[in-house]
Amino acid sequence: MRFQSPYEAPWASPEPELDIKTGEWRFQRPVTKVGKCRQCGWCYIFCPLGCIEERETHFAANLEYCKGCGICARVCPAKAIAVVRE
Amino acid sequence: MRDDRGKVRVIDGNKAAAYGVLLCRPDVISCFPITPQSALGEALSSFVADGLLDAEIVEPEGENSALSSLIGASVAGGRTFTSTSSQGLSFMYDAYLFTAGNRLPVVMAIAMREQVAPHGVVAGQQDAVLVKDGGWIQLYAESCQEILDTIIMAYRLAEDPEVLLPVNVCYEGFYLSYQSQRVEIPRQDEVDRFLAPVGGGGRLRLCPENPMTFSSYTVPGSLYTEYRVKHCAALQRAKGKWDAIDEEFKGVFGRGYGGQIEEYRSEDAEVLIVSMGCATGTARGVIDRERERGGSVGLLKIKMFRPFPVERLLKALRGKKAVGVIDRNVSYAWSCGHGYLEIRSLLSDIEGAPPRVLNFIAGLGGDDVTPAHVERAVEMTCAAAEGRSVKPVTWLSLE
Repeated sequence: MRFQSPYEAPWASPEPELDIKTGEWRFQRPVTKVGKCRQCGWCYIFCPLGCIEERETHFAANLEYCKGCGICARVCPAKAIAVVRE
Repeated sequence: MRDDRGKVRVIDGNKAAAYGVLLCRPDVISCFPITPQSALGEALSSFVADGLLDAEIVEPEGENSALSSLIGASVAGGRTFTSTSSQGLSFMYDAYLFTAGNRLPVVMAIAMREQVAPHGVVAGQQDAVLVKDGGWIQLYAESCQEILDTIIMAYRLAEDPEVLLPVNVCYEGFYLSYQSQRVEIPRQDEVDRFLAPVGGGGRLRLCPENPMTFSSYTVPGSLYTEYRVKHCAALQRAKGKWDAIDEEFKGVFGRGYGGQIEEYRSEDAEVLIVSMGCATGTARGVIDRERERGGSVGLLKIKMFRPFPVERLLKALRGKKAVGVIDRNVSYAWSCGHGYLEIRSLLSDIEGAPPRVLNFIAGLGGDDVTPAHVERAVEMTCAAAEGRSVKPVTWLSLE
């Protein structure tokens, strides 16, 4: 039998590459319009997964984990986030 | 409480269990009171209060919390103990499965009691037998001495690095929990030496120095399947380990229980009676009398019900003409007892002609399993061995 885990029970190293990539569950994704983003951080605060990252010019979702719920787009006061189908 | 370690005392099953636990020096204990197990938790609290035992007592608000708190303690590497009965065990069900699936070597005593409904604060085996596929190891005791000894051996098995599984030590409530018998209580240094091979902190544990994700969400399905396979394999390994632990225990303490099953006057017998739990004592007496009368009858005691001692039973049942299984529990769907159901599953793998197998349900709802019941079981099983037509399942107390 081919085994993937060195452990006897569902224990794992906490390193991110072994975590669950919840981004695989997504059917739509947020896209930030860079020039419109005022970097207020509301999307960062409201994201239920905590996967919004602050970049130099704007905030954007880490698509490895973003499930595409669209809350960031809904709360964005600048309407800088569009939700597009995958 | 008086320290009776190293002495011979007349104590009941709950007290015997408490001494077994005391001698194993657990780190964390969490018991929620329920009849007939409450006195066990009380005795352990007394041991701690009187300075005989250095353990953390967690007072939970229910059985689910009792076992859940031990899950945390066990994940952190601690040796843990809990006990319960009947509905208390049902209320633990979620945590019960969680403990096994995460391979945590918790030891839990079950002072077995009938399971609702009808309501019954009386002896039975239904509570423990109902969770037979929960992934735990289950060991059944016949006497107060055996309860104490089994708890010590249970820690040795649970914490074995090649096993790492939780263990139930099951004994009939009322009959054993409250009946006082002669019990030899081992010395602390003897038990320390016996348990020295385990508990050294070698197992995986959650600690800040080595961060791990515990009970991680397991995807994909193939990884999930892998943990199921590993769990099954560990249960299979536990069988041989248990035989070896029992043998070693006998060498040190002078008392052995045959390992997975005890074969009593069975080798040359044509007919076997199979029993599990405290009614085995009654059956032993009946078998002795039958033997004096020239009957070719022997006894098999199932000590390890989970995992099921398949290989040992296949050997023990080979060449027998008929087997009568006495059950103090019921499988509704099959209208018979669980022991019978399990032994029936072995039949096609027995070398040569398989024996006829009959089922006798007795001792439900706190009833005695009397010598007359066992004699009737022997009589009907012998009739089946002679080729006479006998109904497969008999409810002895309703005859």
